[in-house]
Amino acid sequence: MLKIENLQANVGVTQILNGLSLTINAGEIHAIMGPNGAGKSTLAYTLGGRPNYEVTDGSVSFTTSVRAEPVDAQTDDPSTSSGRTDQTLDLLDMDPHERAAAGIFLGFQYPVEIPGVSNLQFLRESLNAQRKVRGEDPLSGAEFIKLAKEKAGLLKMDMEMLKRAVNVGFSGGEKKRNEMVQMGIIDPKLAILDETDSGLDIDALRIVGDGINSIMRKPDKAVLLITHYQRLLDLVKPDFVHVLANGKIVKTGGPELALELEEHGYEAVAA
Amino acid sequence: MNDKVLNEEQRRAEERAEMNAEAQAAADAASTYEHGWSSDIEQDFAEKGLTEDTVRFISGKKGEPEWMLDWRLKAFRMWEKMESPDWAKVNFPAIDYQDAYYYAEPKAKPKLNSLDEVDPEILRIYEKLGIPIEEQKVLAGVEGARKVAVDAVFDSVSVATTFREELESAGVIFRSISEAIKEYPDLVKKYLGKVVPMKDNYFATLNCAVFSDGTFVYIPKGVRCPMELSTYFRINAENTGQFERTLIVADEGSYVSYLEGCTAPMRDENQLHAAVVELVAMDDAEIKYSTVQNWYPGDENGKGGIYNFVTKRGLCQGKNSKISWTQVETGSAVTWKYPSCVLNGENSVGEFYSVALTNNYQQADTGTKMIHNGKNTRSTIISKGISAGKSDNTYRGLVRVGANAENVRNFTQCDSLLLGDQCGAHTVPYIEVKNPTATIEHEATTSKISDDQMFYAQQRGLDEEEAVALIVNGFAKEVLKELPMEFAVEAQKLLAISLEGSVG
Ligand SMILES: Nc1ncnc2c1ncn2[C@@H]1O[C@H](COP(=O)(O)OP(=O)(O)OP(=O)(O)O)[C@@H](O)[C@H]1O
Ligand SMILES: [Mg+2]
Repeated sequence: MLKIENLQANVGVTQILNGLSLTINAGEIHAIMGPNGAGKSTLAYTLGGRPNYEVTDGSVSFTTSVRAEPVDAQTDDPSTSSGRTDQTLDLLDMDPHERAAAGIFLGFQYPVEIPGVSNLQFLRESLNAQRKVRGEDPLSGAEFIKLAKEKAGLLKMDMEMLKRAVNVGFSGGEKKRNEMVQMGIIDPKLAILDETDSGLDIDALRIVGDGINSIMRKPDKAVLLITHYQRLLDLVKPDFVHVLANGKIVKTGGPELALELEEHGYEAVAA
Repeated sequence: MNDKVLNEEQRRAEERAEMNAEAQAAADAASTYEHGWSSDIEQDFAEKGLTEDTVRFISGKKGEPEWMLDWRLKAFRMWEKMESPDWAKVNFPAIDYQDAYYYAEPKAKPKLNSLDEVDPEILRIYEKLGIPIEEQKVLAGVEGARKVAVDAVFDSVSVATTFREELESAGVIFRSISEAIKEYPDLVKKYLGKVVPMKDNYFATLNCAVFSDGTFVYIPKGVRCPMELSTYFRINAENTGQFERTLIVADEGSYVSYLEGCTAPMRDENQLHAAVVELVAMDDAEIKYSTVQNWYPGDENGKGGIYNFVTKRGLCQGKNSKISWTQVETGSAVTWKYPSCVLNGENSVGEFYSVALTNNYQQADTGTKMIHNGKNTRSTIISKGISAGKSDNTYRGLVRVGANAENVRNFTQCDSLLLGDQCGAHTVPYIEVKNPTATIEHEATTSKISDDQMFYAQQRGLDEEEAVALIVNGFAKEVLKELPMEFAVEAQKLLAISLEGSVG
């Protein structure tokens, strides 16, 4: 699904990613851990296409299964391969909104406030903008509300919260949970979740973990979890764990690597 | 709340908004548009230039009574001795008042056979505003389209007639000002020029001398006007004139909401527009006046465009009366406009909600005056300035509290949003308080759209332009929510369109 090769990227004048390679297949969950300032958020932003995150070398390709034309949207079922075909995109060539429409979702480490714009309006416009790029019909107000209710319910978030302005006045934990409601509504192929677990209380962590599993644990989807803590990985079991240090992946292993890290720290394990 | 119902309501509001705009635009399209007059069309106009004879000609054409002519002449003589004001933060070349027409009856405009003959730029904007094809034809003035489209979309004549009957049975007087001068001379005489005196300012005085037409509304005691009044529903009057005159009187305990303007781009051969609007609210009466202004702003190099010099003022004469101004100003090359409230009645309330957006080389100097003369009077000012391109956007506001006005309260909030670094935003508050019991609060902020916000919105799927539009609409939300539903939806689209090309 995602193939990153020798990715090098600058933020401003400083090189932060130093030849990072990583392959994620559909159906997999990967975790990235690493010390503060290692470049984890930089990787997420670079994959999202954030301006000022300048790629100087390397490649990123993104492969998803899409409907083969012409197919009746009503009968299309992404979980079977009938009537579908693989499409590979050069991610670095695309604008941020095109990457989003292709199925990439970033859960932000620091979700952003947009005063005066309700979450519902924001998400409906965003979703319909994505659908437009994909050549799908927009969701009507009623269809959208139904969807939003379902996903808010999944994350146990009150619909009243979704009527408020995007992240304005939300607590740290509420913002993170809101990111997951957004993910549920947008229903991406690849979710890159940047420290979604930090700031969550014990119950919220469980709700978010369950949410990630129910939204993303599907054969045609994948997740890249950026985290500092084992507790999220107890809930969302990763297939692979990577250590990112100094702008590249320095070690890769199974779930046991996270436990090892927790016990001994980065210095000892990744050295 | 039932979502289905909500949704249905929104859909209907959108439909209504479309109907309103379409209808308003049809009326406008029938007057002048883009190409001005062509020589082979029968003209009925006053000679170029402004003299006493021009004033007499206008008055004569309208068959006005003697008192009205005298009033106009008095204004003309006054105006001749006045000078154009220069205190606003706007720059424009001196206007040659002798090189303009002051009276021309719009008769016809160039005939177009299909939409293919319409300026593609204009069509593109219609599209963005979501105006259906048939209505686009009407707007653009395609031959024969008006009747067909208007009849097909909704029977405008019968709708208007029904509305007029409904208004009349409620006792509401809703006329062109020319009709009202003849039919209700006593009412007009009593209030015309009472809120904005003839000598008020250069442009108002000019308007008194040569006003072309406009609207008169009277809401009798205790009547809640049964519908939003919009200039369109006064079917036979053209009111997008150069020198429009509006007078609205709300008698004791009455309520009226009035809408003017149009979101479709409006072009006009007349460069100078100088309207006067006067509102009077008696005891316990309320007037809500909403404007969407989208006159031609000039091209991206600052060429052309309308000069819009408007005087709007409301008098809260009675106790517990209330006047609210809501405006969305996106058009005109130069805007000079300060809708104001004179709060004489005890406990009266004045409100001003404004979004002024400038792009390219536009200049807007706009704001309000809240004049507190009565006890316990309150005012709220919410101003949202959005500047892009090389434009200049100034909020200029006066809050004055008279010596006898006890316990006055004012809250002012002025927010400026800058797009790019070549535009200007200025806030010029004047506060004059002669009574120590007053509570005056003023808050001002200046911000930019942050990179974080842009990327967040783009990561969710919006392109750059959509992201800017979303954030700008959020910024203006407090004002937009004051607009009647049918205007609010369009005003949002309008803000987006007006910012086209200002990012990236
Ligand atoms: N705009 C910038 N200009 C210069 N350096 C930057 C800029 N943004 C980030 N950096 C630097 O890039 C490095 C990587 O930052 P990044 O946010 O990717 O770290 P991280 O691995 O996500 O850390 P954390 O675990 O603390 O979230 C840091 O040293 C940071 O200071
Ligand atoms: Mg980080």
